[in-house]
Amino acid sequence: MRMFDTYVQKLKYMVLREVARHENENTLQDCYLDIPKLISPGPESTMRCCIYKERAIVAERVKMAMGGNKNNRNVIEVIGIACDECPVSGYRVGPDCRGCIAHRCQAACPWGAISFDENHHAHIDPDKCVNCGKCASVCPYSAIQSHVRPCERACKVKAISHTENHYACIDETKCTACGACVYQCPFGAIQDKSFLLNALKIIRESDHNRNYRVYAVVAPSISSQFVHVKVGQVITALKELGFYSVIEAALGADMVAFKEAQELAEKGFLTSSCCPAFVSYIKSSFPKLKELVSHNLSPMAELGRFIKQTDPDARVIFIGPCTAKKAEAQRETVREYVDCVVTFEELQAWIDSRDLDLSVLEEGVLDNASCFGRIFARSGGLSEAVSQALKEQNIDFTVNPLVCDGIEECRVALLKKQRNLLKENFIEGMACQGGCIGGAGCLTHGPKDKGEVDKYGHEALEKTIFDALGQCCWQQDT
Amino acid sequence: MKITVCIGSSCHLKGSRPIIETLQMLVKEHGLSDRVHLAGQFCMGNCQQGVCVTVDGEAFSLSPETARDFFENTVLPRL
Repeated sequence: MRMFDTYVQKLKYMVLREVARHENENTLQDCYLDIPKLISPGPESTMRCCIYKERAIVAERVKMAMGGNKNNRNVIEVIGIACDECPVSGYRVGPDCRGCIAHRCQAACPWGAISFDENHHAHIDPDKCVNCGKCASVCPYSAIQSHVRPCERACKVKAISHTENHYACIDETKCTACGACVYQCPFGAIQDKSFLLNALKIIRESDHNRNYRVYAVVAPSISSQFVHVKVGQVITALKELGFYSVIEAALGADMVAFKEAQELAEKGFLTSSCCPAFVSYIKSSFPKLKELVSHNLSPMAELGRFIKQTDPDARVIFIGPCTAKKAEAQRETVREYVDCVVTFEELQAWIDSRDLDLSVLEEGVLDNASCFGRIFARSGGLSEAVSQALKEQNIDFTVNPLVCDGIEECRVALLKKQRNLLKENFIEGMACQGGCIGGAGCLTHGPKDKGEVDKYGHEALEKTIFDALGQCCWQQDT
Repeated sequence: MKITVCIGSSCHLKGSRPIIETLQMLVKEHGLSDRVHLAGQFCMGNCQQGVCVTVDGEAFSLSPETARDFFENTVLPRL
């Protein structure tokens, strides 16, 4: 039974689970130093050069699980000693170069970086090479390979470089907190800070929802997660963990689609504002386009606001696939609506810290949103929902969306917009490949995820956005 | 008067939407929009008795079929 994609995720999970377990038993302050030894019992090391380094790194992971460095505002942090200092040399010609006479590599290189030695073997001048990869793509022997660090390759917004001592380092002004590096680093040296302890504290201090009520807002991408059990069983588990009520974030998506349709028709052009990493990317890299970002809150924040209108004493904890949501929840405009963000990875650790066996739990229900709100979880869903919302409100405006799947496609679209070359009138920007189902906080990623989201969408009781909003007495101006 | 209808997942599946629609329609028909405020609440903690509805804090259990009767015999006399 596959629980995670990689062992790095599993390691992070084990640390989180132990931290949560101690917190449940009120022994964390006394015992957190014991966790590294529990994870790496020794005497032989299994991951690093020696057991002492291995445990030192686990100790750093414990720190991240407990909230990380409080002085660093970024929710993504490098664990310096875990960084294996991968070689840094970009594209290199390997031994498979046959010294052919076609020299496609040289012809493909716009920068004149390729020359040949006396054996006709190709060489790349590192001072001229810009790592565009064109040479590699044309070599008939696949002899040219990229040796860009996995973290740097994962970070399409180019926020990652390395320090003099070769540790990875993050440019905080560029980082969008999307978590791509977290998921891609083969040594788990970059991690998202966990606020799981905050969530546990919120639940504990509610005193069984007597002092205030704690609501879980669950992202629709949950349909592609926890594959070995039913979504309904996860909902029951959330109640067992102490939540008062569990609500679909997709209902917030319905609200956003409804409002976004109006804003789009009024302004004539918009970029979506649901994906916090995309919004942060525009702010940092395309500041001139800032005004074109939809002024709507994200589905998470919109629903958090609505919950707090219906219950002023509510506490809202968002559970989803996204590390950037952790950053979004700290924003001035969102803070009052969302109290804490937990990823699916962290939820699994939380559930297991209580030894809850999901497979034997009864199936709870999760239903409020429409099909359109639910498919926000995958690329293209947001555009479909906005188009539907225009139709339902009888707004005479034709949306011509450009669906950008992944931050690279977003970048191309934004560059075009900046030069007034974009013919579409709506950019749906999702930083992760595939949309939210590709998020770094997911337990697993797979080709069937999109199908699972669509299936879950069709199961919604409400078939239109209007119905979904009507059923909860939502009014736009409140 | 404040009528709150539970819109938690369980009550939603039992028909809170048709209840809200019926009540909204009746409130409008009777010209009571100024005096009756309809609102939703995510779960009232009594899912077995759903669909849960409160009138100024007092709890009732409804189904889509009993909504009209509830309005005529419980809501109207209290106004």
